[in-house]
Amino acid sequence: MKEEIIIAGFGGQGVLFMGRILAYGGIMQDQEVTWMPSYGPEMRGGTCNVSVILSDNKISSPILSRFDTAIILNQQSLDKFEKQVKPGGVLIYDPNGITRHPERKDIKVCRIAAVDEAAKLGNAKAYNMIVLGAYLKVKPVVTFENVIKGLRKSLPERHHHLMEMNEKAISVGMEAVEIL
Amino acid sequence: MAEKILMKGNEAIAYAAINCGCDGYFGYPITPQSEVMETLMLEKPWETTGMVVLQAESEVSSINMVYGGACCGKKVMTSSSSPGISLMCEGLSYLAGCELPCLVVNVMRGGPGLGTIQPSQSDYFQATKGGGHGDYRTIVLAPATVQDMYDYVDLSFELAFKYRNPVMILGDGVVGQMMEKVELRPAKPRRTDKELRELCDSWATLGKSASRPGNIITSLALDADIMERHNIHLQNKYATIEANEARYETYMTKDADHLIVAFGCMSRICENVVELARQDGIKLGVLRPITLYPYPEKALDALVPQMKSIMSVELNSGQMVEDVRRIASGRAPVHFYGRQGGAVPSPEEIYEAFVKTIKK
Amino acid sequence: MDINEIIKPENKVYGKSTVLKDAVMHYCPGCSHGTVHKILAEVIEEMGIQDKTIGISPVGCSVFAYNYLNIDWQQAAHGRAPALATATKRLMPDKYVFTYQGDGDLASIGTAEIMHACNRGENIVVIFINNAIYGMTGGQMAPTTLLGQVTATTPYGRDAKLNGYPLKITELIAQLEGTCYVTRQSVQNPGAVRRAKRAIQKAFENSMLDKGTSFIEVVSTCNSGWKASPVAANKWMEENMFPFYPLGDLKDR
Repeated sequence: MKEEIIIAGFGGQGVLFMGRILAYGGIMQDQEVTWMPSYGPEMRGGTCNVSVILSDNKISSPILSRFDTAIILNQQSLDKFEKQVKPGGVLIYDPNGITRHPERKDIKVCRIAAVDEAAKLGNAKAYNMIVLGAYLKVKPVVTFENVIKGLRKSLPERHHHLMEMNEKAISVGMEAVEIL
Repeated sequence: MAEKILMKGNEAIAYAAINCGCDGYFGYPITPQSEVMETLMLEKPWETTGMVVLQAESEVSSINMVYGGACCGKKVMTSSSSPGISLMCEGLSYLAGCELPCLVVNVMRGGPGLGTIQPSQSDYFQATKGGGHGDYRTIVLAPATVQDMYDYVDLSFELAFKYRNPVMILGDGVVGQMMEKVELRPAKPRRTDKELRELCDSWATLGKSASRPGNIITSLALDADIMERHNIHLQNKYATIEANEARYETYMTKDADHLIVAFGCMSRICENVVELARQDGIKLGVLRPITLYPYPEKALDALVPQMKSIMSVELNSGQMVEDVRRIASGRAPVHFYGRQGGAVPSPEEIYEAFVKTIKK
Repeated sequence: MDINEIIKPENKVYGKSTVLKDAVMHYCPGCSHGTVHKILAEVIEEMGIQDKTIGISPVGCSVFAYNYLNIDWQQAAHGRAPALATATKRLMPDKYVFTYQGDGDLASIGTAEIMHACNRGENIVVIFINNAIYGMTGGQMAPTTLLGQVTATTPYGRDAKLNGYPLKITELIAQLEGTCYVTRQSVQNPGAVRRAKRAIQKAFENSMLDKGTSFIEVVSTCNSGWKASPVAANKWMEENMFPFYPLGDLKDR
């Protein structure tokens, strides 16, 4: 098994953290992982992305130009990464703020209205966990249990009281995702 | 099995330093390596191992703090990125001239000047051919994985003390910023005062012991004869390092008739290029120099006769390729592919460039 | 009287410090460095800290200080001695660590290092020799060169418009929270030598009390650079340097 993912959106949406939890989930099931962020001034509000690779074998290049899955959270990222999804791959996006929707027919396009769902939950910070839930539903490469374990590893001890909220958000995402 | 932790390359440097008994870190913030000092400050090793961590007023000061600590026989280090390393080159020259052990980590970014904070390998010349003034060498290790970043810290101190010479870990923004899982190694305690006396009393400034005159650590020798003797001594030491410490890795070179030479993050990216080539029936392999100084000359030299072509792939305008050409010395055509200014090529892009060179 | 009658221990009035080596000093006749080295050696001997003292020598005439005091020495890059001292003291807090720096080294190229070491309150001793000139390179203008003073790079005298003003760095250092003892001394006569020696001893004692940095400026002569005989140089110093660089403690806490 090898899954190459790009997660892209605005800084502040929790893109890097989502990637980190996925990577930790991979470690929990004894996989090789890499997490390669874009870094720099864009962390402070501009576009931001992270590529995550989960694999049963040694990972060579952490730099990719084609992905099995793209998780897209803003228009700039959609414009940039839609064409980089491998044929037969998956594109998951949040329609919030999107004016030009995905057009490719040779990939599986899924929609998660995570901004709306987070508002329903009354917790804007749950946003990235809702998106993560959507991904896990469409591509169960990491089990729910291992993601929760990864989350526990990623969160500092003082934030462990947020575990329940995050688990809930992941479940919401799993239910709310629409496959188009 | 030891626990495996997900961490960034920069964080790995910090955890490895604490773990391998480093005595002191002196640094100055610069992207993309600031996590090294941030992690150390968060971990507060002065409360556990007694390691000193200090934010200096400049890179000039950091390297001179390293110089002072190294004079005391301590395991001391600094880290920075390209523009900061330029400022440290004076200090590096003194450290090399005085034959002092230390570790300098360069998480390279694009230049020249203030350049970019994106990854680069454009300090190859600076790291391997000098940087500072005078005839000196630093041992240079090029990590390709986060595990390498972790493991090379201890290895660097081993080499630094074995040869009493500065060692540089020459990483880049990719290995610095990337997270991978890291297997932690058994902890080494810091050296005790007694161990330090046994190991370094003959040269270090530990305070004059009764049995010897005061130690003087200096790189100054106004007399040309004395200076030349020192230069020859240094060159002999470098020759020993060249004979014993060249390290490298190969990937699918056994049956290869084309070779890519690449270091650091580029060597991993080029392993994917090998897969693309082999799908097309082209027998391509990769030589990854782990030490950039000493360069794995013999390993490359032995591979040259079987190759129809060699390509050096670097994140710069073509620096290591000069060494590759020198060693190939006309026995195989040597090509170059590189991206500059912080751009990192994908395996597909490199493969396309490679195919063009062999079709010519 | 037989000579052996005279050279008895009870008749001894002066002896060279055992911390001083037998090497003949390279300093010019009349230079203040020799005197400061001597009292430094005496303080180290009298405090019994020869095995616990680490000196950092600068770039400049006193680069060779390591040839004269039998202790462990580090030789710094130009201006960087306070950075070496910082690491040395932090890594070996039970040692007495001092830097010995001239005005070019400390007040020009090494301004950042001295300011920040003092501001961090490193528990070190700084001995700052101010003779208002670059001695070793042949008498060029230093940051502390007085207005109107002739040097190799101010052949018509230092002009503020062209070269800026003489830098009272000791006054700046005294402002920093990290310093505990800042004083300006001289060594041109026996009384001054005794006062300077007491200041050095106090500074060394301070460095084990976790009080911060002790900074001693010694207003000095450079006969060769000033192109004056030792006696004339002392007179010039008293008449021209002392009014601008007044002697005494600037801070003691």
